[in-house]
Amino acid sequence: MPSRTSDPEDPAAPAAPALSGRPLRDTARDGLKIVVVGGFGVGKTTLVGSVSEIRPLSTEEVMTQAGVGIDDREGVRTKTTTTVAFDFGRITLDDEMVLYLFGAPGQERFWFLWDRLFAGTLGAVVLVDTRRLADSWYAIDRLEHHGLPFVVARNNFDEPTHSLEQVRAALSLNPDVPLLDCDARKRESSRDVLVALVRHLHSLSHALEPTP
Amino acid sequence: MIRRPVDSGDPDRLYTVTGGRTRADEQAFDLVTLIVRESGPTPGMQSELVRILQLSERPVAVVELASLLDLPVGVVKILLCDLLDTGRITARHPQSSGRGRQLPPPETLKKVLLALQNL
Ligand SMILES: Nc1nc2c(ncn2[C@@H]2O[C@H](COP(=O)(O)OP(=O)(O)OP(=O)(O)O)[C@@H](O)[C@H]2O)c(=O)[nH]1
Ligand SMILES: [Mg+2]
Repeated sequence: MPSRTSDPEDPAAPAAPALSGRPLRDTARDGLKIVVVGGFGVGKTTLVGSVSEIRPLSTEEVMTQAGVGIDDREGVRTKTTTTVAFDFGRITLDDEMVLYLFGAPGQERFWFLWDRLFAGTLGAVVLVDTRRLADSWYAIDRLEHHGLPFVVARNNFDEPTHSLEQVRAALSLNPDVPLLDCDARKRESSRDVLVALVRHLHSLSHALEPTP
Repeated sequence: MIRRPVDSGDPDRLYTVTGGRTRADEQAFDLVTLIVRESGPTPGMQSELVRILQLSERPVAVVELASLLDLPVGVVKILLCDLLDTGRITARHPQSSGRGRQLPPPETLKKVLLALQNL
């Protein structure tokens, strides 16, 4: 039987998984986080992938929540678990700092888990598709609620038909929230979105610094 | 990409990997805590621990380990607690983030900004 496709002599043990792309520098010691949020299919994974130095990876976390119906007599809290999948990429900033970019899940039902899943995040990029602006209202609302600084980037699938000022009005964006155009498929464009966010964070941190 | 036949959400498998334990100190690990091994695997060591030690010869983030091992982040954190307890790894926790709502100091953000502009 010359079937070589299922040779039992083949070593079954898989090799150790290869680190995709380059490993971090030995001196790397400070991981930073930025999240990319927005409606379903708006280009979050595309943006992370275009600017990341590694092929975007995905993983998941099982989040536990105390249930609403707490049975006091039994002393048992009902717990629900939700598995949240997300993708990420990374950018080595210098010898010590590494920036991780997280593409948050698009499904709204996961978004209540944001603050725990991405605790300690510097800020967020909200990607919007102007053909479906309403999809981003929820993201913007949650970010404002959590007090997480953000910028809004319009990912242009087609030639834009509205001005950015019209978009700002439609989203009721605060005048100091940066709003810009991007093409999530292009590395420079995605980088410029991150630059806009960090510039915004920098000016906020200056404003917050106690004056001597 | 090597996909192991791991149903990462399968409770039985997760129970096996972690020995059914939960750990309070797993909270110490952030998604972007960087792990570096201090010594290599030893014979008879649980295969997931071996893989973590193989992958952490250079610094590697918790979230990258989870993805490469195809296990949920929480399970990896529990395994990392064991390796930390026995001194086989060190953990480099984030310095510029993870401090609640506080932003990093302007000097740090300036460095991040310059690095991104030079990409
Ligand atoms: N024409 C065009 N297509 C784009 C652009 N950005 C993303 N796409 C495409 O749009 C589709 C969805 O992009 P993704 O990056 O997967 O979107 P996502 O926000 O991660 O989607 P979910 O995670 O499912 O919510 C993909 O087929 C992309 O190739 C863009 O700027 N222009
Ligand atoms: Mg996606």
